[in-house]
Amino acid sequence: MIKAILIFNNHGKPRMIRFYQYFPEDMQQQIIRETFHLVSKRDDNVCNFLEGGSLIGGSDYKLIYRHYATLYFVFCVDSSESELGILDLIQVFVETLDKCFENVCELDLIFHMDKVHYILQEVVMGGMVLETNMNEIVGQVELQNRMEKSEGGLSAAPARAVSAVKNMNLPEMPRDINIKVPSLSPF
Amino acid sequence: MALKIVKGSIDRMFDKNLQDLVRGIRNHKEDEAKYISTCIDEIKQELKQDNIAVKANAVCKLTYLQMLGYDVSWAAFNIVEVMSSSKFTYKRIGYLAASQCFHESTDVIMLTTNQIRKDLSSPNQYDTGVALTGLSCFVTPDLARDLANDIMTLMSHTKPYIRKKAVLIMYKVFLKYPESLRPAFPRLKEKLEDPDPGVQSAAVNVICELARRNPKNYLSLAPLFFKLMTSSTNNWVLIKIIKLFGALTPLEPRLGKKLIEPLTNLIHSTSAMSLLYECVNTVIAVLISLSSGMPNHSASIQLCVQKLRILIEDSDQNLKYLGLLAMSKILKTHPKSVQSHKDLILQCLDDKDESIRLRALDLLYGMVSKKNLMEIVKKLMLHVDKAEGTTYRDELLTKIIDICSQSNYQYITNFEWYISILVELTRLEGTRHGHLIASQMLDVAIRVKAIRVFAVAQMATLLDNAHLMTGNVQRKGICEVLYAAAWICGEFSEHLENPMQTLEAMLRPKVATLPGHIQAVYVQNAAKLFATVLKSQEGNTDRTAAQETSQLMIDRLPLFVQSANLEVQERASCILQLVKYIQKLQQKDVEVSEEVTALFAGELNPVAPKAQKKVPVPDGLDLDAWINEPPSESESEEEQPRAIFAKEETKHSRPRHTEVDEKELAKRREVRKQEQANNPFYIKASPSSQKVYQEAHGVEHIPVVQIDLSVPLKVPGLPMSDQYVKLEEARRQKDRADKKKKDKKKRKEKRSGRGKRHDSGPESEEDITPAHMVDIVTEEMPENALPSDDDDKDPNDPHKALDIDLDKPLADSEKLPVRSHRAAEAPKSPAEDGDAESTTPQEPKKKSVKEKKEKKKDKERDRKKNKEEKKKKKHKHEDKGEDLLGGQEDEPVVQSEEASEVAAPPTSTSAEVSDLDFWLSNAPVPSKAQVVSEQETATVEAEAAPVPEAASGTAPDSEPDEPKDPEMEETKSSKHKKKKQKKEKEEKEKKKKKKHHHHHHHSDGGEDKSVQNGTVEEEEEPLPPMSNYCLLAENSYIKMIIEDADQVYDIQGNLQDGSQVVVSVIFENKCDSFLKSMEFNVLDSLNSKLQRPEGSGPHDGLTVPFQLPPGVSNEARFVFTVQSIVMSQKLKGTVTFIVKNEDSSTHEKLDFKLHFTCSSYLITTPCYSDAFAKLLESGDLKCSSIKLEGVSMPFHHLLARICFHHHFSVVERIDSCASMYSRSIQGHHVCLLVKVSGETVSIDAKCDEPTLLGNVLDEIKQTFSQC
Repeated sequence: MIKAILIFNNHGKPRMIRFYQYFPEDMQQQIIRETFHLVSKRDDNVCNFLEGGSLIGGSDYKLIYRHYATLYFVFCVDSSESELGILDLIQVFVETLDKCFENVCELDLIFHMDKVHYILQEVVMGGMVLETNMNEIVGQVELQNRMEKSEGGLSAAPARAVSAVKNMNLPEMPRDINIKVPSLSPF
Repeated sequence: MALKIVKGSIDRMFDKNLQDLVRGIRNHKEDEAKYISTCIDEIKQELKQDNIAVKANAVCKLTYLQMLGYDVSWAAFNIVEVMSSSKFTYKRIGYLAASQCFHESTDVIMLTTNQIRKDLSSPNQYDTGVALTGLSCFVTPDLARDLANDIMTLMSHTKPYIRKKAVLIMYKVFLKYPESLRPAFPRLKEKLEDPDPGVQSAAVNVICELARRNPKNYLSLAPLFFKLMTSSTNNWVLIKIIKLFGALTPLEPRLGKKLIEPLTNLIHSTSAMSLLYECVNTVIAVLISLSSGMPNHSASIQLCVQKLRILIEDSDQNLKYLGLLAMSKILKTHPKSVQSHKDLILQCLDDKDESIRLRALDLLYGMVSKKNLMEIVKKLMLHVDKAEGTTYRDELLTKIIDICSQSNYQYITNFEWYISILVELTRLEGTRHGHLIASQMLDVAIRVKAIRVFAVAQMATLLDNAHLMTGNVQRKGICEVLYAAAWICGEFSEHLENPMQTLEAMLRPKVATLPGHIQAVYVQNAAKLFATVLKSQEGNTDRTAAQETSQLMIDRLPLFVQSANLEVQERASCILQLVKYIQKLQQKDVEVSEEVTALFAGELNPVAPKAQKKVPVPDGLDLDAWINEPPSESESEEEQPRAIFAKEETKHSRPRHTEVDEKELAKRREVRKQEQANNPFYIKASPSSQKVYQEAHGVEHIPVVQIDLSVPLKVPGLPMSDQYVKLEEARRQKDRADKKKKDKKKRKEKRSGRGKRHDSGPESEEDITPAHMVDIVTEEMPENALPSDDDDKDPNDPHKALDIDLDKPLADSEKLPVRSHRAAEAPKSPAEDGDAESTTPQEPKKKSVKEKKEKKKDKERDRKKNKEEKKKKKHKHEDKGEDLLGGQEDEPVVQSEEASEVAAPPTSTSAEVSDLDFWLSNAPVPSKAQVVSEQETATVEAEAAPVPEAASGTAPDSEPDEPKDPEMEETKSSKHKKKKQKKEKEEKEKKKKKKHHHHHHHSDGGEDKSVQNGTVEEEEEPLPPMSNYCLLAENSYIKMIIEDADQVYDIQGNLQDGSQVVVSVIFENKCDSFLKSMEFNVLDSLNSKLQRPEGSGPHDGLTVPFQLPPGVSNEARFVFTVQSIVMSQKLKGTVTFIVKNEDSSTHEKLDFKLHFTCSSYLITTPCYSDAFAKLLESGDLKCSSIKLEGVSMPFHHLLARICFHHHFSVVERIDSCASMYSRSIQGHHVCLLVKVSGETVSIDAKCDEPTLLGNVLDEIKQTFSQC
């Protein structure tokens, strides 16, 4: 079982959080902080496993994370999950994000947290791995987006236009910090 | 109106959407909180609007704020509103928000039930998908209960996308609503073989997750998973399955044997590291489960270790980490294999990655030996000095102590060294483990008598330098050590070089800054020291010295009397008064030292930490019973004062002069001595530890050597522990030199350093002379201590509720609740596929569509199940001791209620399990387990259900009949728990059967009434244990001996009009050669004849229509005609076959005996009580009765046994009395009335054929005489 999936940046700012077990909000924030503290002090060339933090889980739980450019993707899992399998899964997830957002960068996650959630929902459900085939995941996500578009129809068009205009006015939106997804060979 | 909509949508354009919110927050970095609070106000406004789009937008923003840590539960109702929008876009937003912030105590959840149900049955698969995803995050027990049935229906949805989600969410439903597990399980199991790999993977996922928590309930799925494992190519699925097997093997070692080969193949063949790693892990688990008595798996261990070494050597830190992790598992059972990689592991200790260092530390634990302990600890001590983080350093500290103290200090050859290591560890800044060090010091000083002199000296030094530990606030943790130091100095004060000095040290004003419990120990032990000092001083002529000592006490103690700590205060004032009194006596020139010393006389024995817990409760003492009437009102419980010595007290807080009855004590001591005398591991404490030299016979345990008194143990007081260590080293060198001289050995040793002190590198372990004389006292345990049963399972574990027997047939009452407002509105969900669960429990006769559909399957299953039951029974009967799966044996289903239910006897758990047994034993199993597995291999197949006359006329080919009798079907469909695999197997068998029927049987043209009563025949390999023969025989088993081959014979009486019996035989080839040209022949008797094909002579054998490659089994059936069934009989027979090797072929034969008991001519036939009563009234039945003495099994077991062995069914059961019925193949009625009183069972029987009855009763008697 996966207990939680956290995405935060190099400064510990959460970009997406998904707990599969209930924690009140302040506890969630504490877990994020603790996890960030544990993960951020590790070099990039050390192993990607950490014996669980004290707040979440306990001895049966492990933190398995990957660090891409400015973002940490942390999965908190118990012993029923394969460590290397989860590492692969993180890679699949990030590659899927990359496909869905076309060269994903932190800003995509910042502004489209909801979409990240929708993609994640096709990968992990209720703490269990739902799908690991990237094409299948991307296919399902796109079908749902298409449905959303068709529902929006005409009435959504002006809103999108306005949103586009708003975005145009913002020079402070650099798209240069892509999460350079390295093509890792799966374990 | 239209205008309003347009206006609304234009307004909406300028509403803040999620992106605007995010942008806003980023633009207000300095006053983020303020900005967000204005945003929340806006959101509240938006939520008040009617426009669902606005609401959805607001909820979307709330989801974002929730991530930032804002509680948004106040908007829960709005979230529900958005969830119920008809548009997917909004619905999705709603469900996302719900999944982020709903939880069990969110009360609006109960409003969502119907909405979710609607979404689940939506024609749009994404509506359903989104609802399932959302639900998976916030499902509550109520939702689970209400929606379980809907979700179960979705498991058979046409779209795999929905199916896989439905399958996954079932796990959550099970957790919240455990009752749903059993009804849903059959379908879940079906999904294991779903054509869609995603669904299959989901099902594997769920079952693995379930099985991980309660593995024993899922053992019966092992064959199915095994099949998946060998067929699947999906690494995810494989990993899950292999992990699952890792959890199952400890429960069933035979499974492990079967697994080793395919896993080894996978290890060799796979390129995926993740899979390789999991394979290695599971192989390790297998090896652990097999560790006893399976020495020939060293190849597998070597393979694992070698693969792990490759992982550890890999540059990828992840692989390194995992390699070490897995290595530590091997270490437990095969330390030798790991020890050869010591170099690698020590290297990992220097890794820059802390995770890896910690893993390597774990490994060290198992790698130490007497030879290398000091070396390893020295290395660790260096790391302690270097370690930057306190966490890692503390970890090191505990590891050092663990390593040294493991298995009762097994590896320590020199306790002086260990004490100095402990002393050295006290120098650690800010460690949390002062307690640990202290308890080690105490433990060693108490249990190793020879070290006390040295330990006391060290402790005195510590006390003298106590300021080093108390000075710094950061060092709080370490001052615990003083607790130990003070106690040791006090208790063993006779060894003190200069007790006066220590006494002074203990009474310094600084002590008052120590924690209370330490001060208390100081005070108490100051008193002990005082006694010692007095004793020595009174020996002198100078009385003033003694008086000065008393004066010192009187001067210093008032400081403690003022202590805020009650314990300190109490002890101090007590002792102060005592000393004052002593002083008075001293002034009168009275000798007091004797009396004072007597206060502290006596030796303390170490008591095991759990000793108290293990004192057995005497017979007749009920601890829970009230001694007096319980108080009428619950009084407020007084808080227990916190035990101050909680941590260590087991060892020394025992009162010194317990006024225990001396006799009792002496008795206990005697018993203990007896016990210890018989315990080879107990090193007897000899009265004088000084001259102990005992060889622990046979065990290279803790060596005990003569103490070397020439070694000066004097340690001057040292200001710094660093210096002390140096001195200690010097002392040791001297020590060594002395020893050298004595030994007259010429080994050179001028190297310095503690670690090198054992220059005994090349020496073998046994040769290492312990530098110190050790006499480890075992901890005391109470007599008759109860065996350890510290099974600390978390009572709150949600998985506990899922410990459910999945193989028991499903009762009507267990069906999932189905929404039904009115009876007329029977649920017709779109995905309705005739769900069995839609039947209401109140109408047991009404069969659901599904049941009808499945009746055929069920029928088969049922038959199979029955067979399994019998087999299990037999298994149980035969080798209780061997029953590895004891936990599985549940009580048979309650039999009294429904007679129809009873037709099929006890549990099918056992059935499943024995099917597993069968599967497991298919593999060629090596020696020891052979006998067991062979017994288990025998399969009895018996159709429990009777065949209605209606079935007649069917061709022999359709042999497994299709009952038309609705009652019968009811019986069967009530349990539809069956594995596909089984079905397949069943089908295979059926085919075989058909074949044979054609072969031998076509001429009779009669109807096949597929009632088969089973007798079992079994063959054994050369090892002929007579006891087994005995058991087999009485169970109508036949034992045969075949060379090279293991053939399992399985006889099934299949009954025909003309009383024909079908015997089905499973031939299994157990040797490595090919078996062919098998012929089966039986010597006919007058009564029974083997049916042979037309044209063959009466003594010709029947050709078995297949050949057997190694390890393969197959089934053949043979038909017998039986004339009279009133007598049992045995038939002699032979199987001949050719064993073909590569180079040779030999002709072999195997004799066997077929035993047709009278019971085997009976058919389990259900009978209703009214019909039964009529039958008894009719008066054409003859009476007979027997009494069985000394039957001590529960009544339902007894009934189950009769049902199983003798094919009866229970008609009615009232308390300890039951009526049973059966019918012979020739139509004789047999009625039993079984009564039990105490251990006596009386059976009154009626039958229209007295001889048959007599024989049946004899057989029953025999059955019970064997158990």
